[in-house]
Amino acid sequence: MVTGSQRVRSRPRLNPAAGLAAAFHGVAFAVLMLAGLGLLLVMLASVILTALGFGVLALAGGLPGDQRILLALLLVGAGLGIARFIVPATLVALRGLANLTRRLAGEWCGVTIAEPYQPPTADDTQNTQQLSYPERMRWLLGDVATWRDLLWVTVNALVGWILAVAAAALAATGLVAFLVPVVSRAVPPAAFPGNTKPTLAVLGFAMLAAGLAVAPWLLRGYGLLASSMLAPAGKAELALRVRHLAQTRTETLEGGAAEIRRIERDLHDGAQARLVAMGMTLDAAGQIIDSNPDAARALLWEARDASVKALAELRALVRGIHPPVLADRGLGDAIAALTLDTPLRIHLASELYGRPPAWVESAAYFAVSELLANVSKHAQARETWIDIRHSDRMLRIGVTDNGHGGADPAQGTGLRGIERRLAAFDGVMAISSPPGGPTAVTMEIPCELSLPKTSSS
Amino acid sequence: MRVVIAEDLFLLRDGLTRMLQAHGLEIIAAVDNGTDLLAAVAKDQPDVAIVDVRLPPTFTDEGIRAALAARKTAPGLPVLVLSQYVEQLYARELLASGTGGIGYLLKDRVFDSAQFVDAVRRVAAGGTAMDPEVIARLLARNTGNASVAALSPREREVLALMAEGRSNVAIAQRLVITERAVAKHTASIFLKLDLQPSDDDNRRVLAVLAYLEV
Repeated sequence: MVTGSQRVRSRPRLNPAAGLAAAFHGVAFAVLMLAGLGLLLVMLASVILTALGFGVLALAGGLPGDQRILLALLLVGAGLGIARFIVPATLVALRGLANLTRRLAGEWCGVTIAEPYQPPTADDTQNTQQLSYPERMRWLLGDVATWRDLLWVTVNALVGWILAVAAAALAATGLVAFLVPVVSRAVPPAAFPGNTKPTLAVLGFAMLAAGLAVAPWLLRGYGLLASSMLAPAGKAELALRVRHLAQTRTETLEGGAAEIRRIERDLHDGAQARLVAMGMTLDAAGQIIDSNPDAARALLWEARDASVKALAELRALVRGIHPPVLADRGLGDAIAALTLDTPLRIHLASELYGRPPAWVESAAYFAVSELLANVSKHAQARETWIDIRHSDRMLRIGVTDNGHGGADPAQGTGLRGIERRLAAFDGVMAISSPPGGPTAVTMEIPCELSLPKTSSS
Repeated sequence: MRVVIAEDLFLLRDGLTRMLQAHGLEIIAAVDNGTDLLAAVAKDQPDVAIVDVRLPPTFTDEGIRAALAARKTAPGLPVLVLSQYVEQLYARELLASGTGGIGYLLKDRVFDSAQFVDAVRRVAAGGTAMDPEVIARLLARNTGNASVAALSPREREVLALMAEGRSNVAIAQRLVITERAVAKHTASIFLKLDLQPSDDDNRRVLAVLAYLEV
């Protein structure tokens, strides 16, 4: 990751180390091409052998009849056998190879490529091992991504690899041309006029430098070429999107339903129960108001206290549903208000010129609230920084603390919950929390800002 | 004492009016929005304005803005802001001017009419009335503060009541101790927090609130 970002930053300048790395990565891609070619040949073998078998049956007139049939059967059998037993595994291996290429394109070429495959059934959890042969073949061959993988392997084997190794080849030739005259005493071939040691050395050095200089560019071009075939396209892209939306929708609905159940329970056990008690107390006071005014008065005070408690509970509940200050003032001030209620030392920098949609504000608010709760519970941080800004249609919120780090989304439900809530709005969260700290959480939610309200202040 | 009320819910406006009248206060105007409040303040020059935070048309923080605007047009106008919930952020904005005559209370406080009317009178006289919930949260935030931690439990009680804006007499009544004892506690508090002692009740309150970083 670090080398990747360094390469990106230094690409405009000439950086021999980056060039060398890019050249090696190109060669590695060429090796992957060979593996892909191998898989392609296995699959072709199945088709070719079968076709050959039928061809023999039909055309090979020179052979005696029974030999011809035997040979044809052998060929067809071999072809179908490969198709039955080897091709499925080969197709799965092809996916593995394509996925490896996708990952490396991201790491080495800076070209992010999403995985385009469809799950075997609508139910994502089904294990692909349990599929029968026809099911498996339908899953693999019915997916346009498989054919695009095959196209990639073919194009890669024909021309792609040249792009990958060109820089390395140029640099290696240059190196040899540079070293040979320096190291060996052999006289350069006379057939090449002007091919003296110095010119050869200069030429070699120039080729080496040029090779290393263009290597990152060629590698990026190779990544883009791979992306044009390996990235989800058309229907596959839509299918991916639909799957993501279906999943986040389910999670959102489940989260919403759980939330409503919680609110119902809180109302039932809290304010509602208190109001019932209040009614009974008032009734009792009414019964005895003439016979025992003092006791009635005590009951009335009791009813009043119950109403205060009911209000306090409703207030706490409302704060958990949608904090009033968030509705009043928007995200910046709501988080400012939140920081005032936290015993942490918080430095807040909020630069929002306008308001995000209400649902984004709400998700962002509760995410920050949860993160601050995490910081005060676990991090033992002296200081916390919150940074809120909006640019390029993206709301970005950073929460950083100087605590002891080691936060892991897999460990607690809190961080995972935030991730899930943000995902409903295509928002993402990134966590960097090495042991020893600091912990930096960055959230990004795509949204537009509405125009700022004109205010008197 | 002449009072202006701005509250959009009829039941509450009516209830407040009757309750304050029962305690001998004169309600010269009871309006339901911020614009009318400013007009009433300009025309009738009340002794105190009681304002709900949520008012039409936006039903957000109109009341706070109307209160601050009213204090701009009529400098020093005592304002008591009522709300279903309290935010330290709003308390901070109301207190930002550094002058007295500011109240910020939960609506629940009207259930105890004697205490509520006392708060109205205090604010009208240029004093302060901060809701106990605001103060409780302020103190919770300052738990890490070594000076606050050094206070005895009794001193912390006195500090909280003082921050609400209560006088020594009221604190003594509330805690059922003598006024002399309260004075001793406050002197000790000011010493421990390293604040300038002041005879003026309101300056004392504002110093305490400033110390707690409202």
